[in-house]
Amino acid sequence: MRYEPLLERMPTTRIPSFTDREGVSRGERPRYAEEAPFKIHGGCGLMGICDESGSLMSGEVPIRAMAVQRDRGNGLGGGFAGYGIYPEFPDHFCFHMMYHDLRAKEDAEALFDRYFQIDLAEPMPTRPVKGIGDAPLLWRYFLNPDPHKLEAAEMTPEDFVVHSVMLINSTVDGAFVASSGKNMGAFKGVGFPEEIGHYYLLEEYEGHTWVGHNRFPTNTPGWWGGAHPFTLLDWSIVHNGEISSYGINSRYLEQFGYKCTLGTDTEVAAYLFDLMLRRHQLPIELACKALASPLWSEIDRMPAEEQAVMRSLRAVYGPGMLNGPFAIVLGFNGGMVALNDRIKLRPLVAARQGSIVMVASEESAIREVLDAPDRVWAPKAGEPVIATVSGNGSPVHSDLHLSADEVSCAVTGMLETCDAVEVS
Amino acid sequence: MTPVTELTKPAAAEVAKPIEGYLQAVPEARVDGGVATIDARGIYYKHLNEVVRRCLADGAKKVVLESVNGQRYIGTGLKGAGTRIEVHGTAGQDMAMFMDGPTVEVFGSAQDGVGNTMNAGRVIVHGDAGDVLGYGMRGGQVFIKGDVGYRVGIHMKAYETRHPVMVCGGKARDFFGEYMAGGVLVLLGMDSRIGGPLVGGYIGTGMHGGVIYLRGEVESWQCGKEVGTFPADEKDLATLRPVLEEYCEAFGIDVDEVLSMPFTKLVPISHRPYGKLYTYV
Amino acid sequence: MPISLIQPEFKVHIDYDKCHKCGRCVQQCGWSVYSFNERPIPDDSKCRACHRCVTYCPAHCITIRKNDLALRDNANWSPALRQGVWRQAETGGVMLTGMGNDKPYLSIFDHLLLDACQVTNPSIDPLREPMELRTYLGRKPSAVEVTSDGNGGFRLAEGAGVQKNIKLDVPIIFSPMSYGSVSLPVHRSLAMAAERLGILMNTGEGGLHADLYPYADNVIVQVASGRFGVDPEYLNRGAAVEIKVGQGAKPGIGGHLPGEKINREVSETRMIPQGSDAISPAPHHDIYSIEDLRQLIYSIKEATDYKPVGVKIAAVHNVAAIASGIVRAGADYVHLDGFRGGTGAAPQIIRDHIGIPIELAIAAVDQRLRDEGIRNQASIIAAGSIRSSADLAKAIALGADVVAIGSAALMALGCHMCQGCHTGSCSWGLTTQKPELTRRVDPEWGAERLTNLVSAWSHELQEILGALGVNAVESLRGSRERLRSIGLDEQTGRILGVKPAGV
Repeated sequence: MRYEPLLERMPTTRIPSFTDREGVSRGERPRYAEEAPFKIHGGCGLMGICDESGSLMSGEVPIRAMAVQRDRGNGLGGGFAGYGIYPEFPDHFCFHMMYHDLRAKEDAEALFDRYFQIDLAEPMPTRPVKGIGDAPLLWRYFLNPDPHKLEAAEMTPEDFVVHSVMLINSTVDGAFVASSGKNMGAFKGVGFPEEIGHYYLLEEYEGHTWVGHNRFPTNTPGWWGGAHPFTLLDWSIVHNGEISSYGINSRYLEQFGYKCTLGTDTEVAAYLFDLMLRRHQLPIELACKALASPLWSEIDRMPAEEQAVMRSLRAVYGPGMLNGPFAIVLGFNGGMVALNDRIKLRPLVAARQGSIVMVASEESAIREVLDAPDRVWAPKAGEPVIATVSGNGSPVHSDLHLSADEVSCAVTGMLETCDAVEVS
Repeated sequence: MTPVTELTKPAAAEVAKPIEGYLQAVPEARVDGGVATIDARGIYYKHLNEVVRRCLADGAKKVVLESVNGQRYIGTGLKGAGTRIEVHGTAGQDMAMFMDGPTVEVFGSAQDGVGNTMNAGRVIVHGDAGDVLGYGMRGGQVFIKGDVGYRVGIHMKAYETRHPVMVCGGKARDFFGEYMAGGVLVLLGMDSRIGGPLVGGYIGTGMHGGVIYLRGEVESWQCGKEVGTFPADEKDLATLRPVLEEYCEAFGIDVDEVLSMPFTKLVPISHRPYGKLYTYV
Repeated sequence: MPISLIQPEFKVHIDYDKCHKCGRCVQQCGWSVYSFNERPIPDDSKCRACHRCVTYCPAHCITIRKNDLALRDNANWSPALRQGVWRQAETGGVMLTGMGNDKPYLSIFDHLLLDACQVTNPSIDPLREPMELRTYLGRKPSAVEVTSDGNGGFRLAEGAGVQKNIKLDVPIIFSPMSYGSVSLPVHRSLAMAAERLGILMNTGEGGLHADLYPYADNVIVQVASGRFGVDPEYLNRGAAVEIKVGQGAKPGIGGHLPGEKINREVSETRMIPQGSDAISPAPHHDIYSIEDLRQLIYSIKEATDYKPVGVKIAAVHNVAAIASGIVRAGADYVHLDGFRGGTGAAPQIIRDHIGIPIELAIAAVDQRLRDEGIRNQASIIAAGSIRSSADLAKAIALGADVVAIGSAALMALGCHMCQGCHTGSCSWGLTTQKPELTRRVDPEWGAERLTNLVSAWSHELQEILGALGVNAVESLRGSRERLRSIGLDEQTGRILGVKPAGV
């Protein structure tokens, strides 16, 4: 078992009921996966902005972009991810943690102490905001894997981090990793996005890339971990829409070992990106073409060589095609990719101003933050908008060697999704 | 550290109360000689539209909205032919929906759903407009200077004396004139920010009434199977000219330049395109 | 004691007041029901209720009724069972019949319901917006490898991508029905319709008549245990080759085309002497095990420059494991035939009591191939009583790539399911070689009716996809989340991977 070095002295049973160390009952500890015994439906609004020059923008930018799109959500989920926000710790993994209670924090910190060198641990700076209640304890940690443990585990640091995320999410009840990438972080919760951003003092951060999300779920999730963006290392995904092909998309992914347990389209999209980009090493442009495939009639009109690529892509990845309305933004340390469904059933507007590329569900979000865009346009259905920060490269983690079920486990926090992990 | 990129700075009021979404305050209207002016910056749509309606009820003939950005439903449900609303900024979703008479002029772009189920009146947009423009429009005029999105003029219909007219000055995406049942839909391709052809595929798919005029040509694969294409003839241009004259007047364009290129006319081949699709049991 | 205990099943009633005495019924009936003595006189015992006479009677004066003879009620000994005993006591024979299983087993398709979109995602209008049914039949790689083309674009890496797949415009093909069991005009109708529809017909095991060579791109040539008409040319006269191991109507047994049906043309096509019986052995005697199947698949591929090779099996209890073995043996598709599938002739006892429903076979095979990570390596063709576009959509949602229709295709050509195919006297000219009967099918007329049927089902499938909010059939394929069961037990639901309605 590759996990054994990590599992040594780990808490091996879940603690079923919860009182914190002061003896105050905090009710039942929520678990991420509890949100989704069924398919979750919902609409949303989103944004992404990236300065390809690497210049930094205040976190107030994404807040204002989301605020004008307020009515696309219903106050049951909002969130952001920022990149380049921790220049003081560019080479540290930063864990943004959500704790249901102090005991969860202690359990998770015990694990951090054991496996990582922590260079800074501190509460997330927050301010009280009207309308935001029931927040979990929010902490962040700048850390790197302990070199001895890393060696013993025979893993790359990226693999080690993801395995740790997996362990925390699945074995430390009441603890949830909101993000774990380098020089980035996710800030999310239950509320409207501008309230969430305000709560996290987002205006005090500066990043070269930001994504934002406003959620309109048709159920009533109460768990902050369930808000978007969804993250894995430095990847963050925000998504608007409802994929009508969820049933076959999830069964397709299961064939490759992924386990779709959250019932959300975002989870499916994350795995599809992981499969196509990391495991099948498809270029991002083609992965997008597989997810939002051109119509056969368009493919038939393409030049022969391109036609051969597209025909194969569609015939092979057809079960993974996201069919139905969606707009999606994938953020990563090197930039962002925005993509729309193939017959444009969800809105997406894009703009460029100098080195800044921006996308949003509504043009007003762009006008809110860009004073003089060179160009504002509605991208063609299925044509990705790709922005890359110079020098930072692609969204593919070559240092990641996870199997599909490990990815599922890390993302969902459900140990049972990972066949390879055995806890005795 | 790299410098912070220059971006628009929030107005003073927002700095004081930075980032809690829209201001929940009811804005003041400055009224001067029948013209009401409202600063819409940061105002929630509900309060904004409430004040617009109150100004009109109090006798204003023209309402000027400044610093609009994304507020929804401007002009929605309003009646009265003499009324005029000027929007400075980017108008939000469902602008002029169900509108029955007024004129709404946007100095900027409009988003999705403009002129949805509109009955009468006029919409003038000096920028671009989004998807599903003029859905089910039954009357009135929609003039867009720039590009438009997907499913534009979808299910436009004519009824008795009502004949809707829509003219778009830029390019359009797929499903232009989908289900069209009446009225006139014109695309010029003159003021565009997007690449590619004048218009996407599936033009007039399901079309069973009305007429589409395109400035330029289309290939047969672009057209829905329910439409036929013809070069616009003298008679067509005679119909088109007064429509374009009004359009050009709104934007200060030379109508002869617009008419300097040949137009293609698209009309439905049948009023019942699916007559053979069904078998009765 | 020469008198038979078996009474006629039908009563032929002629309204002589209206009868033109034209003798059309005498001429039309393939079963010699009528004699003529100033007026037509029916022999009820020969009638199979095929309605050929009824359809062609210019006076509309013929009515076929069930023979209402009362037998004492017995819920255990049905009249059919009693009749079987009498028949076998009289003849000592194995009861032979035609068409598919007619027993009232539970129809799983009839207990499955499809989904539709409301509010959270939009339904799509299939008449106005794209609604894609194109399907590629054959083996696919699990990933697509590309290289840069040097201009910012990409090209397929050497040998990568989808190779040797067959493009189908709609996910419906015609089931194998051999020339010999059906007439040449039937084969011709199927081939012409397949070409017009952009789909495939399947020769069945009786070879390919030379007249059909121009349709090679729309033909699957079949290789069965009898190897009738199989030579290198035949193997290369189709878009794909299918090894027939079994048939849903008669799993595990061979076939027997009586010598009367082997006329000159059938004899030439099958390459056997005229008038001699054409006997298909029960197994392929070069396939006694799965590795032998692999050997045969690859010998066919060698002989055809690696055309797609499929394997057709009857759906039997262990179908999932068998299908997995077939895929691993190198087949490009697995053709599953459920226990309701049709036949030109089969022992009734086999037809009615062996095999499993196609719905369960699709579900089990699709899941097994996914569990083993080899679902992309082969397509699944499902057959065995696909009766409507609803069955088609449900079969695809359960995991089939393509369905094959045989009985429905014959019905389009006039078949009334009288179950007399094995007699060689089909009044509709379908399952006969008698020239006076086969000429009743005009291939142009037949091709048009088949094209109509498949087009109508395709339109209906598009309507279903539109309601489901997807615009490509691959988004329904295997999407069991879009199915719910009603009135099925929990275990069946689990095997199908379908939740009960209301959940």
